[in-house]
Amino acid sequence: MRASALKLFRIRGGVHPEGRKQDTCDQPIRELPLPPLLRIPLQQHIGAPAQPEVRRGDHVLKGQLLATSQGLISAPVHAPTSGVIKSIGKFPAPHASGLPIRTITLEPDGEDRWIDLDPQATPLYLEPDDIAKRVAAAGIVGMGGATFPSAVKLGLRERFALHTLVINAAECEPYLTCDDRLMRERAHEIIDGIRITLHGLQVNKALVAIENNKPEAIAAMAEAAHAFDEISIVAVPVRYPMGSEKHLVQTLTGKETPARALTADIGIVVHNVATVRAIGEAVRFGRPLISRVVTVGGGAVREPGNLLVPIGTPVEVLIEACGGLCEEPAKLLSGGPMMGQPLPEQRVPIVKGTSGILALTTAEVASKPTMPCIRCASCVDVCPCGLLPLEMANRARNADLQGAADFGLMDCVSCGSCSYVCPAHIPLVQYFNYAKGALMEQQRAKHKQEETKRLAAARAERMERIAAAKREAMAKRKAEMAAKKAREAEAAQAAEADDAAAEPTDAPNSKLAEPQVGT
Amino acid sequence: MSQGDLRAGPFTHEKSSIARTMSLVMLALLPATAFGLYQFGWPALFLWLATIGAAVATEAACLRIAGKPVRPFVLDGSALLTAWLLAMTLPPWAPWWIGAVGGVVAILIGKQVFGGLGQNLFNPAMVARVVLLISFPLEMTTWVSPKPLFSAEAPDFLSALAITFGGGFNIDSMSSASILGHVKTELGRSVDLAGALAGSYDPMGLLVGTVPGSMGETSALLLLCGGLFLLAMRIISWHIPLAMLGSLALCASVFNLIDPAHYPNALYHVLSGGALLGAFFIATDPVTSPVTVRGQLLFGALLGLLVYVIRTWAAFPEGVAFAVMLANGLTPLIDHYLRPRIYGRTRKGQPISYAETQEGGNG
Repeated sequence: MRASALKLFRIRGGVHPEGRKQDTCDQPIRELPLPPLLRIPLQQHIGAPAQPEVRRGDHVLKGQLLATSQGLISAPVHAPTSGVIKSIGKFPAPHASGLPIRTITLEPDGEDRWIDLDPQATPLYLEPDDIAKRVAAAGIVGMGGATFPSAVKLGLRERFALHTLVINAAECEPYLTCDDRLMRERAHEIIDGIRITLHGLQVNKALVAIENNKPEAIAAMAEAAHAFDEISIVAVPVRYPMGSEKHLVQTLTGKETPARALTADIGIVVHNVATVRAIGEAVRFGRPLISRVVTVGGGAVREPGNLLVPIGTPVEVLIEACGGLCEEPAKLLSGGPMMGQPLPEQRVPIVKGTSGILALTTAEVASKPTMPCIRCASCVDVCPCGLLPLEMANRARNADLQGAADFGLMDCVSCGSCSYVCPAHIPLVQYFNYAKGALMEQQRAKHKQEETKRLAAARAERMERIAAAKREAMAKRKAEMAAKKAREAEAAQAAEADDAAAEPTDAPNSKLAEPQVGT
Repeated sequence: MSQGDLRAGPFTHEKSSIARTMSLVMLALLPATAFGLYQFGWPALFLWLATIGAAVATEAACLRIAGKPVRPFVLDGSALLTAWLLAMTLPPWAPWWIGAVGGVVAILIGKQVFGGLGQNLFNPAMVARVVLLISFPLEMTTWVSPKPLFSAEAPDFLSALAITFGGGFNIDSMSSASILGHVKTELGRSVDLAGALAGSYDPMGLLVGTVPGSMGETSALLLLCGGLFLLAMRIISWHIPLAMLGSLALCASVFNLIDPAHYPNALYHVLSGGALLGAFFIATDPVTSPVTVRGQLLFGALLGLLVYVIRTWAAFPEGVAFAVMLANGLTPLIDHYLRPRIYGRTRKGQPISYAETQEGGNG
């Protein structure tokens, strides 16, 4: 490990929400017993849903492919345990809407028998492209919550000159301690994953950024990284949203990612710490992403803790495993309280991007009725993106989408710092999400309209061309016909002339006919 | 579990609310107010109550007429604070109707006609003060020397009632000019500054508050304490107060250096009149001041300059109210032009480009 005397840079704004990590950060990761049923959604990632490869009634082994990835940005899904496919149908998504999405229901047979795996004892001798392929085949997506297919990020080296891998272990969301626990307990696996990822990216420098409220994790990681000069453990200040990748990169390098661009534009790829561990598992042992560590917390949970959970486990099973609820939660969330999603019900499953399940009490949510904006500018002070949230919200509220966009709406990362501090309790992020959605909808509609226009114009032009070609062909045919007639006439005349040679009296007639040829 | 509410997060919140903000400002005002009430006795208390009563009643009536919920808006404390601030700037022995008219004007014309909380362009308390000053110049410039409560010269409860609600008091025997007014008058009579200040300018008195003046503007020290409390509680930021006092002090120093015989020094300007109350409690009114740091610095600097210009060369000895309103009027313009730089963009809004070759590519 390199001595981490790295100079850090300050990011703009940010907030210091109460950490509330103390209930779970000292609880070792517990392995959850297999639940009676697993619900495995086919879309657990950004991009196209996976396509099922199994049928109802099939018996599958642990790690067996259930559904293949579709297209460039997609990820396959594997069986978290051995068992029988009970159905392939629709089930409520672990999303605020609770809308039904395609889901495979698997009944575990209790044997938890692995499929034959394809381990690789020397992953660092693989071709970098092979690493990306293995990661793609293992269905690995960003486990910090963004769920972007990781293999696509490994492919960035083809388009950008990369020089640094940043491991996002900030875990700036309150309550969540799953990454903290993972680093304390599985530091060597993480470091192995980092080395494999470095090789896959063909980059020779990794910075592991951990908020300095996790001294044990920092110590464990520093210990595990000791032998590797290319990996530095960096303690970063505690400030939300430190885990926003663009802001983390700025903290580490002082460089801002240009608007509408990727961190790769400035030579950096960011992976979440749990994701690189999964990459290590996938490449070295051939194990696909079929389980993850989830923090179960919040004041309404009797015994909060961290669980190692098969993907597809219903939320209610996790809560039950943590002693159940001691009161009716005001909010049930997937993820942290700042950017997490409210869950519609407890039956929905854990997916690859679920970092936490929080059952929050009314006091924790601290929701109050919305009052008018008093322009106190708290939101402006805390915005890490340098935006004017009050102006954006004001325009979004009046459906002035363009106005909101002019104030930088599309540069907003939805971190929620503004809503968190707003004394008027204005749901700013809700306004922004609405406006972003509506704006994208508008752009899609506009694009569609323009495409329709373009296609219609193209069609008219094509029709015109066809008609012109037809006219031309017609004229040509006419001319040909005429020419043919003329030739026939000529031939006839020639014949006659031949005859006339015998009977010269007809010769003047043939001369008269001659000008007709050109017509 | 509330299944119906699918609003986006965050699902946690800082301990902040409008009522909390208003309460903390009032808490910060409390020492200066209490001292003012003690200094000027029962009449000041009656005037304070009349102003607040009228403002809160007007707020409730307007909300009812507008069909808005009355309770949450009255309980947010904004009308109370507006009236409180207005009362701080009134001559403490002014008749009750000065406070009442002020309270009504502040809320009705200063705030509710614009659409209520958060919508007004001008600081409501300053609107009311300017209206009162122009409409009732005599009542608004009749000051008394402090007559501390329970002291021999202080009016008792009943005579205080008569002062506030009855026929007022004997102006000739009791009245006394504020230092700003006195100096202005004297300079107007071609007395030079030293003569004007002699015997009336007492920096220590201005600091502690044992001088004639408005009810809550006299004790510079307690106002400063209140302001620092608000800074510590992060209710206000330092930008506006510092820029305003700095620019006022700078103007005063420059002219004092040029011509000390006519232009008082910075300390005189900062300690007298409504400068400190204005800097910490009125100019920092969030509704009517700019939202960005650069905007706030410009706003404060402009405000300090205006206060100096009005105090020095305009017809009124005191300039804070006018200056605040003029600066308030510029707030939308300032906010339009001075915006923070967006992450990943240049000040002009273009994406940042690292034209120089990157150090990368060692992979």
